Amino acid sequence: MSLVDYGPLIASGTWMTLKLAILSLLTSVLIGLAGASSKLSGNRWLRNMATLYTTLIRSVPDLVTMLLLFYSIQIVLNQVTEGLGMDQIDIDPFLAGVATLGFIYGAYFTETFRGAFQAVPRGQTEAAMAYGLSPWQAFYRILFPQMMRFALPGIANNWQVMIKATALVSIIGLSDIVRATQDAGKSSMQLFYFTVIGALIYLFITTVSNGVLIWLKHHYSVGIREAEL
Amino acid sequence: MIDIIQEYWQAYLWSDGANFSGLAITLWLLVLSIAIGFVLSVPLAVARVSRNRFIRIPVWFYTYVFRGTPLYIQLLIIYTGVYSLSVVREHEFLDMFFREGFNCTVLAFALNTCAYTTEVFAGAIRSVPYGEVEAARAFGLSKFNLYRRIILPSALRRALPYYSNEVIMMLHSTSVAFTATVPDLLKVARDVNSATYASFEAFFIAALLYAVIALSLVWLFRCGESRWLAFLKPQAA
Repeated sequence: MSLVDYGPLIASGTWMTLKLAILSLLTSVLIGLAGASSKLSGNRWLRNMATLYTTLIRSVPDLVTMLLLFYSIQIVLNQVTEGLGMDQIDIDPFLAGVATLGFIYGAYFTETFRGAFQAVPRGQTEAAMAYGLSPWQAFYRILFPQMMRFALPGIANNWQVMIKATALVSIIGLSDIVRATQDAGKSSMQLFYFTVIGALIYLFITTVSNGVLIWLKHHYSVGIREAEL
Repeated sequence: MIDIIQEYWQAYLWSDGANFSGLAITLWLLVLSIAIGFVLSVPLAVARVSRNRFIRIPVWFYTYVFRGTPLYIQLLIIYTGVYSLSVVREHEFLDMFFREGFNCTVLAFALNTCAYTTEVFAGAIRSVPYGEVEAARAFGLSKFNLYRRIILPSALRRALPYYSNEVIMMLHSTSVAFTATVPDLLKVARDVNSATYASFEAFFIAALLYAVIALSLVWLFRCGESRWLAFLKPQAA
């Protein structure tokens, strides 16, 4: 069929989806780590802010948050540039996509990391302190590697949900897999065929990432003995 | 904000004057897809844990495909893809069914949530304590009665916390319904946005309504858990 003609279009769409997903993952992991530290910190304001953030974001559909942020950031930006007498700056849909997906999934990662940090026995941090490690060293060498084992199931889950959420960014105008396959399908009059191709690409991505996550799980479970039932 | 609420509150909640719209449609979509998904997923979950691989593997394949692809693509395949096939358009019943965006949406949602729910219930069936099953066998229960009286009542209860997650995910997923021209809550918000250019207010009202529904669902499931999972609670000393 005409897959050859539309190959480059679909390939660039796939590349767009992968770029978007990986950059949003990085953003949301950073936000998640920051959020988890604020939730566990002694400062009441930080704690309450983080709780408000995770509760609100997790109770609103990601598509609604995406549209809300996408349109309102542009309007706020227009007001700012108008006030300063500058030309209108159009937000790059790619950056907007990364920012909104990162912001939304940061809330899910906050909860994942909070639980994982709490699962590391307190004695580990205390021992690190007793050995004279700085707080950063204690985090980087003691807490983080152990925390990852507890966080991995949650990370795996969030990543799989996020990959699928990237399909929604075509609604805010990004040419990802969905948009590419829809365009190809409309111009070749084979909408069914090309949409199924799009679904297969997603299935391939989720299958490969499942494999990687299983490998990571083994990596971070080194030296853990489980009860044999 | 106030004037938008005054003008559009009815459209947001249940009616745009002529047809149902907004929250009412969103909830109706949710109830329909969850109900169909639940009814189908219980037998499928039993099949998923079957020892016969010709029963187990087709169910595994179904959940694998539907959990591995985005709901939005599934909706596109069912709504625009299937209807573009001439076979479907020439068939009278299929043509009638797939022409309606609402039918396609419910079909896509039900198939999607059924796949996730099947896996949730299958996991719960596998984690039923083996002692309960062995005791039931020792009492001479037939396979059907074993499932009806012992495994399913126990597994469905234990699955409740995970099932509540799935219901809330489904509530969130209903927001893609507007792409199939279903006048759900997000469609109303988009219409208000294009009519007033007040983007923040238009979407914020929708977000608030979604949050209220999600939090009430969480509360409802908590009540359900404290009733049906009371036996798992830590005993007071």
